[in-house]
Amino acid sequence: MKKFIIAVLAVLPMLALAAGPSIPLDSANNDLRDKASLKRGFEAFINNCLACHQLQYQRYNRTFADLGISDEDGLANYMYTGEKVGDHITNTMPAKDAAKWFGGAPPDLTLEARFRSPDWIYTYLRSFYVDENRPFGVNNKVFKDVGMPHVLQNLQGVKTIDEQGNLSEATGGSMTTEEYDNFVRDLTNFLEYTGEPNKLERESLGYWVIGFLFILLFFAYLLKKEYWRDVH
Amino acid sequence: MSFKLMDWIEQRLPLMDAMNKHVTQYPAPKNFNFFYVFGILAAVVLVNQLLTGVWLTMNYEPSGEGAFASVEYIMRDVDYGWLLRYMHSTGASAFFVVIYMHMFRGMMYGSYQKPRELLWLFGMLIFLVLMAEAFMGYLLPWGNMSYWGAQVIISIFGAIPIIGDDLTLWIRGDYVISGATLNRFFALHVIALPLVLVVLVFLHILALHEVGSNNPDGTNIKKPKGSVAPEELSKFAFHEQYTKKYDIVDAIPFHPYYTVKDLVAIVIFLIIFCGVMFFAPEGGGYFIEAPNFEPANGLKTPEHIAPVWYFGPFYTILRIIPDKLLGAVGMFGAIVALFMLPWFDRGVVKSIRYRCTAHTVNLVQFAICFIILGVLGTLPASPLNNMIGVVASFGYFGFFVAIWIYSKNEKTKPVPDRVTGK
Repeated sequence: MKKFIIAVLAVLPMLALAAGPSIPLDSANNDLRDKASLKRGFEAFINNCLACHQLQYQRYNRTFADLGISDEDGLANYMYTGEKVGDHITNTMPAKDAAKWFGGAPPDLTLEARFRSPDWIYTYLRSFYVDENRPFGVNNKVFKDVGMPHVLQNLQGVKTIDEQGNLSEATGGSMTTEEYDNFVRDLTNFLEYTGEPNKLERESLGYWVIGFLFILLFFAYLLKKEYWRDVH
Repeated sequence: MSFKLMDWIEQRLPLMDAMNKHVTQYPAPKNFNFFYVFGILAAVVLVNQLLTGVWLTMNYEPSGEGAFASVEYIMRDVDYGWLLRYMHSTGASAFFVVIYMHMFRGMMYGSYQKPRELLWLFGMLIFLVLMAEAFMGYLLPWGNMSYWGAQVIISIFGAIPIIGDDLTLWIRGDYVISGATLNRFFALHVIALPLVLVVLVFLHILALHEVGSNNPDGTNIKKPKGSVAPEELSKFAFHEQYTKKYDIVDAIPFHPYYTVKDLVAIVIFLIIFCGVMFFAPEGGGYFIEAPNFEPANGLKTPEHIAPVWYFGPFYTILRIIPDKLLGAVGMFGAIVALFMLPWFDRGVVKSIRYRCTAHTVNLVQFAICFIILGVLGTLPASPLNNMIGVVASFGYFGFFVAIWIYSKNEKTKPVPDRVTGK
């Protein structure tokens, strides 16, 4: 029996090789419990992303409730185009035209953090560099030949790439590097939240359920022991 | 009053008798070990899938336009919809974990050998239907990996000469995978296959109770009537169905002894299950694959199309054979070989404990090759991976050839007459 278990354990590490991005990603180190960060990320999304990218599965009022914003405040500060609080976070950009403008419709971002990973988003938004061969004059280290312009260029500034693939700052933006990293971290945090709004609830419920199961295990074991005293 | 009602029912439908025969007075060998819990665990997972499936169906929309959004609706807007969905998706992988362990148990202790061949065949049919059920269920979230995974698997049928192309068209109901395919897969996944599955499980258990459970020693607990001294007989009461023909030794009633023991196993299983479900429901990208968080898109292929992990071993065998038709034959052959195991094995000793050393080596190499094939199935193809895959496939099929050879005149250890209690 032990032989089988050892054999199985010997093969398991191979699974670790199964996946892995080709470009090393920076760790986002975002925290879903940090509501202030989520709020800043939400605001950043509304102001910088929503014109092109939707969150078509995420509702405004759900977001308000989870982030601790009242519906009145939300309506006043986060909703500009006359939707109702129960509406999904969408824009009015026609997908067909968008495909013409950018070479492909900008993807919905509700699940982007689950599709790509938070670290990917965090690294991607910090990896634009000047490339005059591209339609918008920028390229991206993480997503080669991406159709998206560097929307946050005013904040981050302009970066150039050298032959080794290292980025360096050519012109500064309105934010310092640290401020920009924090800005992107908040945005990443918010997108991880929209990917799975129930994540924190899921984990906290998990502790209760598993705690209960351990108590049940104790009594189930005693019950088994008691009954099996008859078996010789 | 209530007793009269019970009698009235019993005379018309012997419920209590059936209960005694299959639960409270069913003689189960007293030496079941760890490997014997996976049957009941499979039953637990089946019930989980059926119940959560019903509730998921209430809010799921089986259409190309609405499926993906309805899954996100379940995840966000339905009360505890996320829990139902994760129970179901984690349950799918858990099902295959316990079924693979259950099958391996059967192989270790010779539970497929005479007189349990039909029991094994029912089990293999359950496995086959389960694979179809899982495959069709995987299309329903209508993510991009669902779409392209189904594309790849259905195209396998296109390898069949002459009828191949028409057959794939017939399966899809369209020239590509579309809403039409999704609708029929939904119908099969929620009605047709679960019905077949439940009937097969019923037959599997009936066949088990007819021939009786095997045990880790592979001994027979049913001795000829009158051959056992009274003090040696099992002191428990068993149903006359079993006692009128045999003297029963080393047995205990399934209930309460194995129900309370299985309860411990079920709780331990649930702790692991909930650990995955609550803290890593994506299973590291193996239970829910990342490309499935993007809606199905016929124009955008995921970077690396991998089937879900439980199809890995068979997918690898398909992939390493360069010819598409031969690959399909190899893949189905791998399953057919398992079906035929009771006839490949010509031995009379059941348990690995008392069989020849070659058998132990053979079974260990089979298990290792199966795992390697499974791992390779989730990795991208590369020359090295293919080479390892070829070697592992030889190990897989070699198991059946080898067992057929050495089991004929096998040098076995003496099998004890009674269970050893180890």
